[in-house]
Parts: sequence; C-alpha cells; structure tokens
Amino acid sequence: MMIGLNHYLVLAALLFTIGVVGVLTRRNVLIILMSVELMLNAANLTLIAFSHFLVNAVGMVFVFFSMTVAAAEVGIGLAIVVTIFRNTESLDISKLNLLKH
Amino acid sequence: MQTIIFALLALVCLFSAIMVVTRKNPVYSILYLVLTFFCFAGFYVMLGATFLAAIQILVYAGAIMVLFLFVVMMLNLREPEELEGKSSLLQTLGVVAGIGFGLLLLAFLGRTPGAGVPPFQPGEEAFVIGGAKNLGKLLFTEFVLPFEIAGVLLLAAVIGAVALAKKKRV
Repeated sequence: MMIGLNHYLVLAALLFTIGVVGVLTRRNVLIILMSVELMLNAANLTLIAFSHFLVNAVGMVFVFFSMTVAAAEVGIGLAIVVTIFRNTESLDISKLNLLKH
Repeated sequence: MQTIIFALLALVCLFSAIMVVTRKNPVYSILYLVLTFFCFAGFYVMLGATFLAAIQILVYAGAIMVLFLFVVMMLNLREPEELEGKSSLLQTLGVVAGIGFGLLLLAFLGRTPGAGVPPFQPGEEAFVIGGAKNLGKLLFTEFVLPFEIAGVLLLAAVIGAVALAKKKRV
C-alpha cells in the first residue's frame, strides 16, 4: 500500500480535531495556546501534503509565512498569559469574567 | 517501507497529541508537544519539504517550546490539579462538539472529488521543490513583498510583547 494524499489529509484532520477538543475542554490558558499550535501545525501539514502531491512549491512558501505568524502569535500570547497571571494569580480562564458582570 | 514509517510516525504523533490535551501538568504537555513537532518534521521530510522540516525543529521544537517552558518556570505554578475537575458537563459537551467537528472534516474529505482514487505518486521533481535552494529562490523573487511584510510583523510582535509584559509603573 502506498501512502497517498488522502492519508495525510485524514491524519491532519484527526490532529486538528484533537486541537479543537483541547481548546474546548481545557481551562488552562497555556494548554489552550498549545492546542492552537497543534491546529496550526495540522493546517501546515495539509498545505505541505497538497504542495508535494501537486508538485507546486507555493504551498511550502505559504507554510513558511504561516510559521512566521505562529511565532508572532506565540510571543504575544505568552505575554498575555503573563499579564493574566499577574492580574488573577492563576491560569484559569473561567476567572476571566470581568465583562460578564 | 514508506508505509511502515508513516504508520509509526502517525501513531506516535496522534498519541502525543492526545497526551498534550489530557495532561494536568503543563510541563508534560509541553514535552509531549515537542515530540509531536518532531513527528511533524518527520512527515515534512517524507513529503520532500526538507527546509521546512529544519525550520520546524529549529523554530517550533526549539524556540517556541523553550519560550513556553520559560513562561511556566516564570509563573511558578504550585498546584496544577486544582485548576481542572470542575463543570464536567462543559467538558463532556466540548468533547462531543470536537468529535462532531472531526467527523464533519472527515465527511468533507470523503466527499471531495477524487477521494476514492488510488494514491498516485509524484515524480522525482516533488522531492526537489521543497529544498532550501528552490524555496529561497521563490522567497526572494515572487514572494519578496510578503517576506518583507513578515519582517515588519515580527517587529510589531516583539514590540507588542514587550509592551504587554512590562510591569506597570505605579
């Protein structure tokens, strides 16, 4: 059996789903950020798989930029996590309900 | 041979991804996420994207995860257990919604035109286009404007991170 495009797409879909479940179920801000990273990587895997099987390098250039944006996002996200911890003394997102009241 | 490597990498990747979202202690999550990223780098090598595999290990597994570890170290978390455990209804609903979303994705894949055709293999050329030479050529000719904008974006991110994390002067 040869590994084709479909295998990579199904694998990326499964990894993306694990990321979605992580974002929906966890309440630790750090783990939610990590789940977002997981989803970004699953999307990158899809892009590279298409790029390989269609013999077109533009998808790989797109992944390059996506990684740049992910690095910027992690930098800002962790700065926000530090600010949250400084204000609430915890990483629980259910404590961030100021706008609810 | 290729099938065995793919299956092994996929199993390790899925296992460590599940471990990332289920561990209570964020440090274990981070270490499992590093393992997941190494598996991704393996897939990239299998797909001929050698340059991106190197970037994946350098930037993701190296820089970004070390940043996560530094933040965990800085925050000095005492008991990670007390954070979870409450409102299990929401968690169950989250799992159900996530699995429904995954089924939706798989259903879309199944209905895509050409989903049932036997896998074809691209020629030798597909393993050349992902190298540093070809990607560099593309980045500095066709995509030079997005490249410069990415640099500006990183500068803005650095300034924003410093501005956010700085202690407020009272």
